[in-house]
Amino acid sequence: MTPAEDYELPAGPGRNDNWQGVTPRQAFMRGMAVALTVPGIILFASAAGYGALARDAGFSLGNSVFMMGVFFALPAQVVLLDQIARGGSLMAGTLAVTLTGMRLLPMSVLLMPLLKGKRATRWRYLVAGHFIAVTAWMEGWRRLPLVPSELRMDHFIGIGTGLVLATLAGTWAGFELAGSVPHVVEAVLLLLTPIYFLLSLIASASGEADRLAIVLGGFLGPPLYVAFPGFDLLLAGIIGGSIARFVVRSRGTG
Amino acid sequence: MTSSLHEVTQAAGAASGTLPTGLTLALILTVISLATHEPWRWLGLILGRNIDVDSELFRWVRAVSTALVAALVTRLVVFPAGALGGVPLLVRVLAMLCGLGVYLLFGRRISFGVVTAAVVLVAGQSIMGP
Repeated sequence: MTPAEDYELPAGPGRNDNWQGVTPRQAFMRGMAVALTVPGIILFASAAGYGALARDAGFSLGNSVFMMGVFFALPAQVVLLDQIARGGSLMAGTLAVTLTGMRLLPMSVLLMPLLKGKRATRWRYLVAGHFIAVTAWMEGWRRLPLVPSELRMDHFIGIGTGLVLATLAGTWAGFELAGSVPHVVEAVLLLLTPIYFLLSLIASASGEADRLAIVLGGFLGPPLYVAFPGFDLLLAGIIGGSIARFVVRSRGTG
Repeated sequence: MTSSLHEVTQAAGAASGTLPTGLTLALILTVISLATHEPWRWLGLILGRNIDVDSELFRWVRAVSTALVAALVTRLVVFPAGALGGVPLLVRVLAMLCGLGVYLLFGRRISFGVVTAAVVLVAGQSIMGP
């Protein structure tokens, strides 16, 4: 599971590739600056879409922003708030959140060796761990190998902090905008979440099973929602994912 | 389905009690996050290189969670919340397909796909919308 090399603009050569004499604090600040690049801007806009969605679901501004910070993983948040808002079973919602959280395990497994270094203390690992979600992970994966090992932890925590701040600001902006802009702008905000999820899924898919799972899950979703509202996502995940694995395994292609 | 998520919420609230709010909701969110979501991140860091990410169980979990998020994507588009529900289904689907197409055809840049979907939605709504 390696991010596509062309995921975003390459971290081309520039001033920031020189890490000689850089202090941990400066490494942190350079990480924060990642929030001002393309992935940070997309994440801000996606968080705005989530903010609009949360407002529509009846969440307060405080809880919308709080949820963004406490999870920092849009799929889990949208699953859960949708479930709460539609009055579905909280147990099914919790189970679905658990399943979406599993996506983070391989990301942290793969990032762990990159973070090792003098300044990688236990509590810094805990903080760094919270930032592991698609965007921060991809940026870490892409940038950390170029950073001296003793500065990587600070740099990654900087990346995470900047991206969290971008999503909190995005949530707030989306929540506020949703009530006061033309309907078509609000509709665009609400479309950002699904298109960003879809493209991120494709970007982080590795192998045929993942791609088949995207197609099967996508097509199973709506009919299952009509037939079993509240359990549709779990069922679509288990049925679609199992078929995808079965097909790929029986073909012997991975 | 044209009813907004908020109407569904109110209907569901009337049927099964009310949406948790304020500090109660914040507490529920914290508990769910710490109990079911955050541990995956900790576990990944603890296991580090000792876990076999190529095991069949792990691949199955990956496929299941991928299909789950994909189902969420189509649910958000086919049964949308709020203002997106005011846009015809055809325009919503067209916007997603154009975003996907531009992403796949022009250098796999997520930003290109996202911007395309947004532009197509606005254009489609101004042509076909009420």
